Amino acid sequence: MRDFAYARAGTAEAAVETLAGRQTAVIAGGTELLNWFRLGIAAADRVVDIGGLDELRGIARDGDELRIGALATLNEVGEHPLVTRLAGALASACLQAASAQVRNRATIGGNVLQRTRCPYFRAEEPLPWPCNKRDPGSGCASLAGRHERQAIFGWTQDCVAVQPSDPAVALAALDARADVLGPAGPRTIPMREFHLTQREAAAAGEPMRETRLGADELITGYRLPVSTAGQAYVKVRERASYEYAIVSAAADVRLAEGAGGPRAAGAGEQRIAAARVALGSVAQRPWRLTAAEAELPGTPLTREALLPVIERAMADAVPLPQNGFKVTMARNAAVRALLAAGGAA
Amino acid sequence: MTLDFARRVEVTLRLNARSRTTVVSPRTTLLDWLRDDIGLTGAKKGCNEGACGTCTVLVDGRRMNGCLTLVVQCEGRSVTTVEGLAGMKGAGEVGGELHPVQRAFADHDAFQCGYCTPGQLMSAVACIAEGHATDDASVREWMSGNICRCSAYPQITAAVLAAAREEAGR
Repeated sequence: MRDFAYARAGTAEAAVETLAGRQTAVIAGGTELLNWFRLGIAAADRVVDIGGLDELRGIARDGDELRIGALATLNEVGEHPLVTRLAGALASACLQAASAQVRNRATIGGNVLQRTRCPYFRAEEPLPWPCNKRDPGSGCASLAGRHERQAIFGWTQDCVAVQPSDPAVALAALDARADVLGPAGPRTIPMREFHLTQREAAAAGEPMRETRLGADELITGYRLPVSTAGQAYVKVRERASYEYAIVSAAADVRLAEGAGGPRAAGAGEQRIAAARVALGSVAQRPWRLTAAEAELPGTPLTREALLPVIERAMADAVPLPQNGFKVTMARNAAVRALLAAGGAA
Repeated sequence: MTLDFARRVEVTLRLNARSRTTVVSPRTTLLDWLRDDIGLTGAKKGCNEGACGTCTVLVDGRRMNGCLTLVVQCEGRSVTTVEGLAGMKGAGEVGGELHPVQRAFADHDAFQCGYCTPGQLMSAVACIAEGHATDDASVREWMSGNICRCSAYPQITAAVLAAAREEAGR
């Protein structure tokens, strides 16, 4: 790791000021930044530490909104009673991310800014293969090589990587907004639009851009509409714990009242009144299944009824030669998340 | 207000119940500092990227990866390493009674080569304090950040549960 100069910010504004012009990185938990430095993914002359900013800490209810400070750690968010009760999918996503040790350092603000786990991207410099994220214009080794874990939506010939954050999937499904501070003052970014697919970035003329956050902006927290609907986060992975998702799904389901009588009559009687569902690790952004959400009201809460709805909503998936299985796996994860959120699984 | 960026930073923290002031380059990780500057080599440098957990230490009582923590982030904090687990003998000297979790690991053969053990111990102490050492599944989930390549997981799980029971009984 190359050395850098260090300062502790006393206010969020002071931290943002240091981001203009010179090459300055922000450190909160540091679990991602230190590895970027080691691999050569990022280099910075200066690091500004926002870890001491109490104004960015804390989790509280504010009317119909849940406010979560950017410096809340993944364990704090995942185990907080307000989050468990009013944003259960987010709590579950946080606790299924990383390990207990990493979750004590990693913050909810930094988590959504983690970069892809593509092994071609995460190699130590100098890279022995092309990667457009690391060396723009060099090509994509994954497209020509192994890509079974890569995108099924929104990829381009330049890059096929996925965004691996678990909390980001829940934040997108729950219509969270990020509070952001920049040189011009605060603004908000809806989390379902925070990340960009490669195709969206290319259309905007910045093919390697990954988020809508400006280089001189800081996430200060999130606001989520509170939800008393059932929620679930399903993470499919190669080992039971401490592993990135192959695919994941966050869902929030409100059941129609009285529609099917008592549950003892059979889960098939339950119908959905409203639902939200997002897939993770299928694109460089959380993937809301909006077509399914429009169709789900009135749908029975059964696997048989949900499968065709999710399949139709995923009809535009474009798998790579090695990852067709992710289409099926993501479909099943979405169905499982909806069933679990509705209390049927 | 313009911030002052420094290439050498003075840090004061508590290490195993003793106050220390040190001057470091900002890039110095807690793990490298403990091992190279202080000579506490209990915390191991396994993967140096947060994947293996053998560098686990407690910062203000919470378990963290020493390799993912900078010393400059520990200003005013209290750091406990595996060397600080056993009862203190005299002024900060180690070598007293084994911590109940250490004894449970010995009693249950919860290691083979021992390389992961310092991290497992620190993680186990925290896991119990957090209230997550309730049953097999919970221990396996909440101890998943500590990899054991000898695969002593059944024995580690048993040791953590036994130590948790002992703690609850006191």
